[in-house]
Amino acid sequence: MWSIIQIELYKIYKRPRTYIAFGAIAALIWVIQMGLKIDGEAYAAFLMKDINNTLIVDGKVLNGYLICYILLQLLLVHVPLLVALIAADMLSGEANLGTLRLLFTTPYSRTQWVLAKFIAASIYTILLLIWLAALALFLSMYIFGTDDLFLMKSNYVVLIETQDVFWRYVGAFVFASFSLLTVTALGFLMSSLANNSIGPIVATISAIVFFTILSTLNIPLFNLVKPYLFTTHMNNWKEFFDIQVTENNEAITGSILNIQKIKTSLLVLSIHIVLFVGASILIMKKKDVLS
Amino acid sequence: MTIINVASLCKNFGSLEAVKDLSFEVNEGEIFGFLGQNGSGKSTTIRMLLSLIHPTSGHIEIFGQDIVAHRNQIAKKMGAIIERPDLYPYLTAKEHLQLFAKLSQKKISASQIEHTLQQVGLSNRAFDKAQTFSLGMKQRLGIAIALVHQPELVILDEPTNGLDPQGIADIRHLIKDLAQKEGKTILVSSHLLTEIEQMAHQILIIHQGKKIALGPTATLLDPAKSLMKLNTTNDVLSKEKIAVSEFAAYQLDREEGIYFSIPTEKIASLHQFIVNVGIPIISLESKRSLEDYFLQITSQSN
Repeated sequence: MWSIIQIELYKIYKRPRTYIAFGAIAALIWVIQMGLKIDGEAYAAFLMKDINNTLIVDGKVLNGYLICYILLQLLLVHVPLLVALIAADMLSGEANLGTLRLLFTTPYSRTQWVLAKFIAASIYTILLLIWLAALALFLSMYIFGTDDLFLMKSNYVVLIETQDVFWRYVGAFVFASFSLLTVTALGFLMSSLANNSIGPIVATISAIVFFTILSTLNIPLFNLVKPYLFTTHMNNWKEFFDIQVTENNEAITGSILNIQKIKTSLLVLSIHIVLFVGASILIMKKKDVLS
Repeated sequence: MTIINVASLCKNFGSLEAVKDLSFEVNEGEIFGFLGQNGSGKSTTIRMLLSLIHPTSGHIEIFGQDIVAHRNQIAKKMGAIIERPDLYPYLTAKEHLQLFAKLSQKKISASQIEHTLQQVGLSNRAFDKAQTFSLGMKQRLGIAIALVHQPELVILDEPTNGLDPQGIADIRHLIKDLAQKEGKTILVSSHLLTEIEQMAHQILIIHQGKKIALGPTATLLDPAKSLMKLNTTNDVLSKEKIAVSEFAAYQLDREEGIYFSIPTEKIASLHQFIVNVGIPIISLESKRSLEDYFLQITSQSN
């Protein structure tokens, strides 16, 4: 099994398409970081304009931690689309190329192939996330330095002390890996249904957009299904940045306001991953390879 | 020893019966020719042998083992090329062989990979990416992939597609050598009937999914009958005269040319008849090639 995972990783490594996502993330982060480096003070002033009269903020608001939060808010919506480029091509791309039949005549079962390909696609997804973390978090920390994280939520403000921030990012990235692996699994399922590359990529992106709209709309009918949609849970990495406070409104270091929400989201996302991959295996086992 | 045993194999795609009640056996060390027109069910059958397509009914045994229950063990001893030589455009010829050698779960040395490249005439292109290859070179690499892990059974579906005459001859010699010198069993399908005729020990012909002929190449062509082709300067007039004669019963239904499948002792009478009724004859040729036999029986089957 390990040898076919290695082979799948080798093919991903050799394919030019692999590097599009890495390049796109680097370009986006670089543009945003440069913009904030040059014109960051004006941006910070804009952020603080509503609370300047009620709060006196001491320190560096526009630090590496805040920049990373801004970047994640922007990018974790778009990264699934980049993940879909590879994941949705893993099976259908081989079918389109005609090489799927070569693989399926080797002494490995179809279940082994599907699992190996999913694991390889998952490793790619995790590497993409590590790349994102390296650029969004560590590079931002290097360029902008660190300080307390000051976040403006819709009707309240969160202030997290410097030493209490980093582990939250680790948690957020681990959570994001579950979100992206769900997208990988969805892309995989779409890939098992087709014999060409474009269809599953478009279908995966369309499904994410469709379910995101359902998750966002506040219509009573949709509220019934929302808790079960993966898109409802994908952005709950933000929960790591809501903290508990004492009766005197003092932040409790190391706390998370709604840990249960994170646990529920991880469970829902994990169930989706298992269902999507399980369905892909069943489809591929029954499929006649005609390509 | 029987290497492939196919019994009552059927495959339906919806209402289309692609393969109907097909049975045959392939013996160890023989070259088994598999013939059929486009869409006859040849590739569907080969894909079922390779477990790429699930049969609707019937049974396949390879190396005495059921293909469904023991697919992985059987696959270790098989190599195949299926229709087109589809490859990874971003990998080199050598990388392809290294990759498929690893997938075979056998220890394949670097020298074996070199030898396989040499066998198919690709040594000098080992480090070139497949995307730079011509169709013929891709075909050679496809054959190399099928052979790199030294399989006992080789299934080659249209292996000479895209090859020039020299390439076709090279592959024919390679297939013969694999059977004669290395004792491999080879099932080969091709639309180049003369190629099959020159190398196959046994031939199976299928038409519209059904077996219409199976037997050793040497005896498949009916020795009691001759296939004759009549060349005239006026085929329409000639056909009218033949239609009202006793020889109409021996004439084959073909759109082009006038063919007879006729008992050998009647050929002299046919000659006499042609001269007597004034058919404008150019020549009366004896046709006994596989191609003629193939056309004869598939047209009869229609």
